[in-house]
Amino acid sequence: MSIDRDTARRVANLARIDVPEGEIDGLADELSGIITFMQALRDVNVDGVPAMTSVTPMEFKRRDDEVTDGNFSEKVLSNAPDCREGYFVVPKVVE
Amino acid sequence: MTALTQVTVAQARDRLRTGEITAKDLARSCIDAIENAGHLNAFCESTPDLAMEMAEMADQRIAAGDPPKLCGIPLGIKDLFCTRGVRSQAASAILDSFRPEYESDVTERLWKAGAVLVGKTNMDEFAMGSSNQASVYGSVTSPWRRRGSDVRITPGGSSGGSAAAVAARLCLAATGTDTGGSIRQPAAFSGITGIKPTYGRCSRWGIIAFASSLDQAGPLTRSVRDAAILLETMAGHDPRDSTSADIPVPEFESLLTGDIRGRTIGIPAEYRRDGIPNAIERLWAEGAEMLRTAGARVIDVSLPHTEYALPAYYVIAPAEASSNLARYDGVRYGHRARLDPGDGIVDMYAKTRAEGFGPEVRRRILIGTYVLSEGFYDAYYKRAQRVRTLIRRDFERLFDEGVDAILTPTTPTAAFGLGEIPDDDPVQMYLNDIFTVTVNLAGLPGISVPAGLDESGLPLGLQLIGQPWQEGELLNMAYALEQAVAFDAVPEPWW
Repeated sequence: MSIDRDTARRVANLARIDVPEGEIDGLADELSGIITFMQALRDVNVDGVPAMTSVTPMEFKRRDDEVTDGNFSEKVLSNAPDCREGYFVVPKVVE
Repeated sequence: MTALTQVTVAQARDRLRTGEITAKDLARSCIDAIENAGHLNAFCESTPDLAMEMAEMADQRIAAGDPPKLCGIPLGIKDLFCTRGVRSQAASAILDSFRPEYESDVTERLWKAGAVLVGKTNMDEFAMGSSNQASVYGSVTSPWRRRGSDVRITPGGSSGGSAAAVAARLCLAATGTDTGGSIRQPAAFSGITGIKPTYGRCSRWGIIAFASSLDQAGPLTRSVRDAAILLETMAGHDPRDSTSADIPVPEFESLLTGDIRGRTIGIPAEYRRDGIPNAIERLWAEGAEMLRTAGARVIDVSLPHTEYALPAYYVIAPAEASSNLARYDGVRYGHRARLDPGDGIVDMYAKTRAEGFGPEVRRRILIGTYVLSEGFYDAYYKRAQRVRTLIRRDFERLFDEGVDAILTPTTPTAAFGLGEIPDDDPVQMYLNDIFTVTVNLAGLPGISVPAGLDESGLPLGLQLIGQPWQEGELLNMAYALEQAVAFDAVPEPWW
């Protein structure tokens, strides 16, 4: 199993990470190496074995659905790369 | 003055209380030691003014009587922990200049107990790495060197800055996080103690997430007693983390009796691997013998799915990381790429993420995206989660059969030189975690204690793996081992 150029390009797009065209080959090789390493999992008989979804079996606690904090928009925005009038600012989304 | 930083947490606590030393003296000597250790690059941000303020308050609390447990103890905090008003970047360019408005639960507990922040410690970017070479702040260098050599050695990773700082006596103890071995491996490489508690023991709230089902915080210290003292304060239920366990935290230090008579300790056959250096084999056998001499029953055991742990881990951890790290998009905090005219929001995401993430983080996000993508989810992710069940069952079976703990080497080799593992061979780097990832996959507590030096003079560690929620028992067994090993080597200052 190896990852070809198209797959590498598609995965980079899904992950929203720009990869220059010149680096696609190298990236495909790197990812293929790692995927090959994972092939060992195919040797395990997992028939009837449930997937582990909870690390430490415990009952999740419930709480009332109510507002417990808020009114600190200045703190929320304090690390924003760009904000105006209490909003995050991003490039135009809808044409 | 630097001699003051040689003391353990337990010694400092006692001397602070008798008035023999002050918290300000202690903080000042750590600040000086950090300033003089620039070559190690263990700290990415030092906080001398804040440290002196906190130390002043600690001295006042001591003078007023009945000080809290860690009053006046200077600590390094891994850059993965959010600390209010103090830069917290997970050693990544994508969180450039991020100053949280909030405090992580674990550090909040430490400050309430009177501890003093001396700085943020360097680490592998987003805790992804085993050598602390993947940091926007540059590599950390271990205070240890091979005998007669000046080759720069890795302190291990990802909590490499914390390990180097504690080993070089720049602070008394430090926090770390462990997703696949990131506390235990650097502790072993640096000749100190590190414990990863049971999953759910420490709140993950305010710790920058890597792989949420594997991440746990824990201390790196110069003794098992110090690890017990620190963990007691760091642990506890937090409603803000839904996986945080609502069970009482024992007073771990009071459980350190050194009496391990009647305990059963397993030696797993699958951890005997070809190519393991003789020194590690020897120290492992000696460690087992010491525990037997201390009155434990040492038996051979089997953990049959061990060899699948590493591939399962390198599916699950990147999958969770790709999801957790989706939040870094240049909108709300951290770095945003400079855009060209006409660039839309998707261009902003893709350029920001390309500029902000280093090569190893990018690699893991892409692997994670791949194993979660349509057509591959069942073959990789789902299968890895089922293998994870089998790995957990291996341990459960031994515990059901009466095994109290399992003894293994912490790492398959001693620390290697910076740059010795080529950048384009990630799988070779991943093999560092071979003895530690099983513990994260099964959610168990694990501790690494120094076991001795190899023939070149570099430290090696032994790992004890315990039953869930039995950190007290585990620390006591580690304490017995520590007493028997009597490791007293320290790195010769060259920095």
